[in-house]
Amino acid sequence: MNLSDMILPILIGFILFYGIYKGVDVYSAFVEGAIDGGKSALKIFPYILAIIFAINLFIQSGAEAFIVRTLTPVTSLIGFPTELLSLALVKPLSGGGSLGVFQTVLDNYGADSYIGRCASVIMGSSETIFYTTAVYFGSVGISNYRYTIKVGLLSHAATILASLIVCKLMF
Amino acid sequence: MNTLWFGLISFGLLFSFINKSPETVTNVLFFEIEKSVELILNLIPIMAFWTGLMRIVEKTNILNKLSSLLRPFIRYLFKDVQYDVKAVNAILMTLAANLLGIGNSATAFGIKAMQEMQRSNLNKKKATNAMCMFLIINVSSIQLIPLNIIKLRADSGSLAPSEIMLPTLIVTAFSTMVAILLGKYFERKEL
Repeated sequence: MNLSDMILPILIGFILFYGIYKGVDVYSAFVEGAIDGGKSALKIFPYILAIIFAINLFIQSGAEAFIVRTLTPVTSLIGFPTELLSLALVKPLSGGGSLGVFQTVLDNYGADSYIGRCASVIMGSSETIFYTTAVYFGSVGISNYRYTIKVGLLSHAATILASLIVCKLMF
Repeated sequence: MNTLWFGLISFGLLFSFINKSPETVTNVLFFEIEKSVELILNLIPIMAFWTGLMRIVEKTNILNKLSSLLRPFIRYLFKDVQYDVKAVNAILMTLAANLLGIGNSATAFGIKAMQEMQRSNLNKKKATNAMCMFLIINVSSIQLIPLNIIKLRADSGSLAPSEIMLPTLIVTAFSTMVAILLGKYFERKEL
C-alpha cells in the first residue's frame, strides 16, 4: 500500500462525510450529477473517434517515422539524442504510443542511463496535447482553439529542453 | 483543428502509399478505432461518478471557501469566469485531479469545467481566454508525482526508480510557467 492508493479513498470518504455533515441528500445529488456526467461522456465520442483515427494513421503509416528520420541530421548536429526525438514527437499525439516508445528506450539504454533518465523526465512532465485539446473543446462544440495548440507545443519544446539540461546538471 | 486533422490524415494516407502498405489504413480502420469505444466506455462510468460526487461538493459550498483563498491566482489566470462559482469550482477540481495524477477523473472534471465556461461564452464556436488558459495549463502537465513512470522504471530494473521525481517536478514547474506566460502573451497580442 502506498500514498497514491490512499488518495481516492480519502477524497471520496471526505466528500461523502462532509456532504452528510452539511445535510446534503448525498444519494440524490450523486445520481443527479451522474446523469449529466454520463451524457457528456457520450457526447464526446465522435471527437475521440476523429482524433484516434487521425493519430493512429499518422503514426502507423510511417509518417511519424519519416519526420524523425528527416529531423535526425539537424537534431544530432546540436547534440540532441536521436533516441529521444521519437518520444518527443509521439508524446503530444498519443499516450499509449509514447509508453511504447518509452519502454523501447528503457530496454535499449537502461533506466539509469542519461537517455533513460531524460526519457523518464520527459514522460513525467508532458501531456497528450492533441487528444486533450480535441476532447475538451469538442465537448462544448468549440472549433476555434485560437493559440492553444501553439502554446501547448511551445511549452512541450520547453519541457524537452529543460529535461535535457536538468538531467545533465542533476546526475 | 480542421487543418491539423486534415494534415494528420493526409500525411498518413500519403505515407501508407509511399511505404507500399495501404493495408495500414484498413488496419487502423478495423482495429485501432475500436479503442475509441474502449476509451468512452472507460470514461462514462468515471465521468458519471465524479460529476455525481461533484454535485455533492457543490451543495456543501466547501469549494467556495477554497476559491476565495485562491482568488488572486484565479483572477490572473481565468479573468472571464472569476465570479462564476460553478466554473471556478470545476476548474479547481480539474487542476487538483491533475496535480494528483488521477487522469480519467481529471478529464471528467475538465469537461465539466469547459461546459461551465461555455455558458458565459458569447461566441459559442470560439474559445475564450479563460478556456485557452485552462487548456494550456492542463496540456503543459502539472502532475506532481509521475507514479506510472516510476513503476515502469522499477519494472525495467532501475536501481533508483524514483530518482527522477525531483527533476520531473522542476521541469514540470518550469514548463507550466512557460505555458502560462506564453498564454498570457498571446492573450494580450490577440486583443
